[in-house]
Amino acid sequence: MTDAQPVPHPTTPPLVQVVQLKKHFPIRQGLIFEKEIGSVKAVDGISFSIQRGETLGLVGESGCGKTTAGRTILGLYPITAGQVIISGISLESASKDQMKSFRQKAQLIFQDPYASLNPRWTVSAIIGEPIRVHHLLPDVKARDERVHELMLKVGLSPRLINRFPHEFSGGQRQRIGVARALASNPEFIVCDEPISALDVSIQAQVVNLLEDLQDEFNLTYLFIAHDLSMVRHICDRVAVMYLGVIVELADKDELYENPLHPYTQALLSAVPIPDPKKSRARKRTVLPGDVPSPSNPPSGCRFHPRCPVGIERCKIDIPEWREITPGHWVACHLVMNPEIL
Amino acid sequence: MELEKPILEVKDLRTRFHIAEGTVYAVNGVSFHLDHGETIALVGESGCGKSVTMMSIMGLIPIPPGEIANGQALYKGRDLLKLSEDEMEDLRGKDIAMVFQDPMTAFNPVLTIGRQLGEPMRVHMGMDKQNIQQLSLELFEQVGISDPAQRLKDYPHQFSGGMRQRAMIAMALCCSPSILIADEPTTALDVTIQAQIVELVQTIRTNMNMSVIWITHDLGVVAEIAERVLVMYAGFLVEEALVDDLYEDPRHPYTQALLAALPRVDRHRHSRLQSIPGAPPNLLVAPTGCPFVQRCQFAFDLCRNEMPPLIQVGLNHQAACWLDVTTGKER
Repeated sequence: MTDAQPVPHPTTPPLVQVVQLKKHFPIRQGLIFEKEIGSVKAVDGISFSIQRGETLGLVGESGCGKTTAGRTILGLYPITAGQVIISGISLESASKDQMKSFRQKAQLIFQDPYASLNPRWTVSAIIGEPIRVHHLLPDVKARDERVHELMLKVGLSPRLINRFPHEFSGGQRQRIGVARALASNPEFIVCDEPISALDVSIQAQVVNLLEDLQDEFNLTYLFIAHDLSMVRHICDRVAVMYLGVIVELADKDELYENPLHPYTQALLSAVPIPDPKKSRARKRTVLPGDVPSPSNPPSGCRFHPRCPVGIERCKIDIPEWREITPGHWVACHLVMNPEIL
Repeated sequence: MELEKPILEVKDLRTRFHIAEGTVYAVNGVSFHLDHGETIALVGESGCGKSVTMMSIMGLIPIPPGEIANGQALYKGRDLLKLSEDEMEDLRGKDIAMVFQDPMTAFNPVLTIGRQLGEPMRVHMGMDKQNIQQLSLELFEQVGISDPAQRLKDYPHQFSGGMRQRAMIAMALCCSPSILIADEPTTALDVTIQAQIVELVQTIRTNMNMSVIWITHDLGVVAEIAERVLVMYAGFLVEEALVDDLYEDPRHPYTQALLAALPRVDRHRHSRLQSIPGAPPNLLVAPTGCPFVQRCQFAFDLCRNEMPPLIQVGLNHQAACWLDVTTGKER
């Protein structure tokens, strides 16, 4: 269980370090004389670090850039600007060999258990792929044994080793995805909405599995999700993203009980509570409008057009990213200068 | 007198699908009622038959492969299951309107939103262009779409997900239906947008005195919107209760397990989630006994052989379980 683990010591260097990471996708026009007419600023300068054995939650609404952030951190998209350092290897300056070891150490669990498994491959081929690619076990028999072992670890019967993905239910497929991610003995796993496509009763099974594996192998997770209740359950610290930037980052209980950024406050008040009495009693902030387009984000604080408490200054100045209390970071003019309220 | 009777009463509905692999027992004897001005929620996991129940009532099940093997759906005294396609067409959208889960695919992409919004007004109410335009503007304002005159000329792709769902609701409201069936209307939306839509439906329901059937898998949304809740599992109705009773004192082991499996945003105690072992049963096998038996920690012999009926366990509270879970005794 996560709470039984020692709290990561702050003086040890973090396993994952992300510094001012940016990922922009160009918007092109024209067929032959293609020219760039703008860019989608999917991730626009985010920084955080994750300690070994820790789970950091990355939450936000669709289109806020959380999935792009996760994939850029794993080197699946070329970085526009900034730095990612995992286990001492910097993604930008890594040599070919280092890159290989990077890919072995950092893995990804996908959101959609239906689309992320090759339908023509057997479970054995799917889970065995990272072992083959990284030449971890050259012997075929040893590889099969390892696949057996991994299947048992994630709660699948090894009898099913030669079945195809369509023969499994959503929850079982997600277990296959987890086993595949584990196959290369990673240290860091990005879980990109691993339970969003599953039913409630199955979600709990997969979450418990992820927690057990973390304890057993001392794994470090970046848990990307939009379900704030699940994030509170599984994460140690939580970062809230809005339109390509992180607006608040804190210890999970601090963030959920004392949210400082108006967006975090609104987001938390919008989460339905499965308790009719509590849900009637609480006050809700319903945000007006939709998330603006990341190709043309609002000036100043990106949240200002929807912010219930914004002031003139929010339209002009970009709020600074500051640590308000130890470990609690926020970017908002009003939180930093309460006197202007 | 008319007002005292339920506006919709469904009795022993059974829907099956005959496919190449055999017969899918999708809905197995579901009965419930909906009162005037009431909001009920139909909850369950994917494949539990909640959408098929509603589609059967609305005559939207393709026959074949579908078959409505049994049942009645009385709307103002008329059995919807016995109506002809023409009669049903007349009723759909006018008396009973539906809002669907996916606001991205529910609209025709090559027609303007205004044209699609105006269609039911033309078909059901025979309105002319001018009246349609005026009512459309009013409806768009009512559902909170700004700059309605301009937005009516837009195509679906120009709307965001939340806006499309608002437009869907406007469309459902245009003939002032007495029942609104909302099939997972917020599942595809973000929480902040979901909050907007939940609030909108609540306001409209009060203003127009509609009855609402809200189909969802999200027990959090149910707690917010419903007065009475029906829990479905594998095509069976397993529990029915007023919303407060259901959350405080769930009586069916499935409902209990489901509530225990939920992580809570308002709790910080980190404990292991109670997962329900196994998966829902295969609907291709004709049900004998309780559908939850393989995953139930209390199951005994009777559960395997005979499906328990809905048993009264409290005032307005019924559960289909052979066991009285509060005392641990057989019924």
